[in-house]
Amino acid sequence: MTDNGTILTVNDLRTYFRTEDGVVKAVDGISFELKKGETLGIVGESGSGKSVTNLSVMRLIPEPPGEIVSGEIIFDGTDVRALSIDEVRKIRGRRIAMIFQDPMTSLNPFLKISTQLMEVTQLHLGHTKEQAYEHGVKMLEMVGIPDPRARMDGYPHELSGGMRQRVMIAMALSCDPELLIADEPTTALDVTIQAQILELIKDLKARLGTSVILITHDLGVVAGMTDKIIVMYAGKVFEQAPTRELFSRPANPYTKGLLRSVPDPAYEQGEPLYQIPGLPPDVAHLPPGCPFAERCDRAEDICRREFPPFVEINAQHHSLCHFAKEVYGQG
Amino acid sequence: MLGFILKRLLLIIPMALIAVSVTWALIRVAPGTFYSSEKKIPAAVEAKLREKYGLDDPWYKQYGIMLSNIARGDFGISLKYEGQPVNEIIARHLPYSAVIGLLAYLLALAIGLVAGTIAALRQNSAFDYASMAAAMLGLSVPNFVLGPLLVLVFSFWLYLLPPARWGGFTSLILPVVTLAAIYAAYIARLTRAGLLEVMRSDYIRTARAKGLSERSVILRHALRGGLLPVVSFTGPALAALLAGTVVVEKVFAIPGLGNIFIQSVLNRDEPLVLGIVAFISVLVMIFNLIVDIAYGFIDPRIRYE
Repeated sequence: MTDNGTILTVNDLRTYFRTEDGVVKAVDGISFELKKGETLGIVGESGSGKSVTNLSVMRLIPEPPGEIVSGEIIFDGTDVRALSIDEVRKIRGRRIAMIFQDPMTSLNPFLKISTQLMEVTQLHLGHTKEQAYEHGVKMLEMVGIPDPRARMDGYPHELSGGMRQRVMIAMALSCDPELLIADEPTTALDVTIQAQILELIKDLKARLGTSVILITHDLGVVAGMTDKIIVMYAGKVFEQAPTRELFSRPANPYTKGLLRSVPDPAYEQGEPLYQIPGLPPDVAHLPPGCPFAERCDRAEDICRREFPPFVEINAQHHSLCHFAKEVYGQG
Repeated sequence: MLGFILKRLLLIIPMALIAVSVTWALIRVAPGTFYSSEKKIPAAVEAKLREKYGLDDPWYKQYGIMLSNIARGDFGISLKYEGQPVNEIIARHLPYSAVIGLLAYLLALAIGLVAGTIAALRQNSAFDYASMAAAMLGLSVPNFVLGPLLVLVFSFWLYLLPPARWGGFTSLILPVVTLAAIYAAYIARLTRAGLLEVMRSDYIRTARAKGLSERSVILRHALRGGLLPVVSFTGPALAALLAGTVVVEKVFAIPGLGNIFIQSVLNRDEPLVLGIVAFISVLVMIFNLIVDIAYGFIDPRIRYE
């Protein structure tokens, strides 16, 4: 047990996939720390490794082709990598729970909602059928599903996307986990529903004291939700900072690019929205220098030649860039 | 649901009549008649025969009589096996085909499901490669090759099993195995592909993220969806197996429906041909209906209108 209130420490995590195209370094040296009750945002484009990081924490990487090559994952004082798969299963769903991106496909279409809810508490909390059923009803009520008792015997396809995501959240929280990992929980939903779901997560987190990792490609989503943010790119942490500071004084050109790409209806009316040029690199064949150099408007020769250092701006703020301090200085 | 079943059952009648009509037309188009043989029959006899069976009537009249008889369930008397009603002939020969077909079906299901499931769960293992190679072989070797081959090995070399004819359980083994091979192979491949597809789906990841054991993940979450393609294949397959399989019955000299069917075609025994066609088409449609109903029980998203 760690007593400094840290729930999860990830240290130099590397998860690689062996493909016909070579070794894809999906996650390549990620480190972060999450304190109890804290919310961490992980932001990045598709393929930046944010989902793989969290699937690694749950040991849900399909092996083969994937493999956690090195690094430490310390959950509440226990090294998850050292556990047997049976011991990991006791953590999954019980102490660390996950919500996935697409509630349409993440719930089993063939099984009743009650079955899918009940199996978690029957497994982890030793509930009898009756207890599990009543607990399920209670959970559905908690996540704001109207007429939960009637919904229990329904199937996922009878619910709307937002309702399904609520069911996912009810399922994830039914064993009162210490850590909730939400992987793009609102990406597949309408904007109005997005706000409701985020509000729900925020509210439940406040009530239950759960630590949360919120994965998203949308900086707008993490802005009001998180204590600190990690920006990932090409399997690496590009910037790590408290939320407020990251938004006000980013120290990485990539973060700046992302911030500029968030639409702001108050200004720039009629102007085209900024877009970072180019595409994310192929992580199977990375150049020797900075993986972002080709798309960066700040790049110089050194960026293409040498891999950038992880510069400490202050104790909580780090940035992977040759010019981190200068970018930070610009405010 | 009940309305759906009723509608589908009623549809069987016109569909079967269409199958019968097409067959009738084909028999008429094909050269030769039921009374033709190598030896020419006297003209007077031929004229008598044609008159007796109304063969000189206009085609639409003959067609109308045939159709109205069959629509009433009366398939008439065989032309070759004189005095024997078609219904009786079918009833006499069906059991042979049905016993062999049902056994082959069960064998194919057992082998196919088990092999396919293990292959999917141990993807790229030695078992996977071996069983899929065997399945490929099962699909590629036609049963008129496999049958004689099995007879050669198990009857003529090893003296273990009777080579042909109907008589006791041991005589069933070779035909059943020959018949089951291709279906087992097909079911194994369908099972493997279906399961692999499902095992990659998001809801399986969810099930694993809940901490369920691999056993529960597969049995509770994966099998239903993974076996849907198998279900849709095995319905019509069972119909085809029950109704007799020409080649295997020929190879093993089994007096089943398939054998009699071929004979009836060669004999231009019109009533018998039409009777068997009607029987088989009804059987296939009933099994398709059963599959569709089963689908509704397996997949709650399917609604009957």
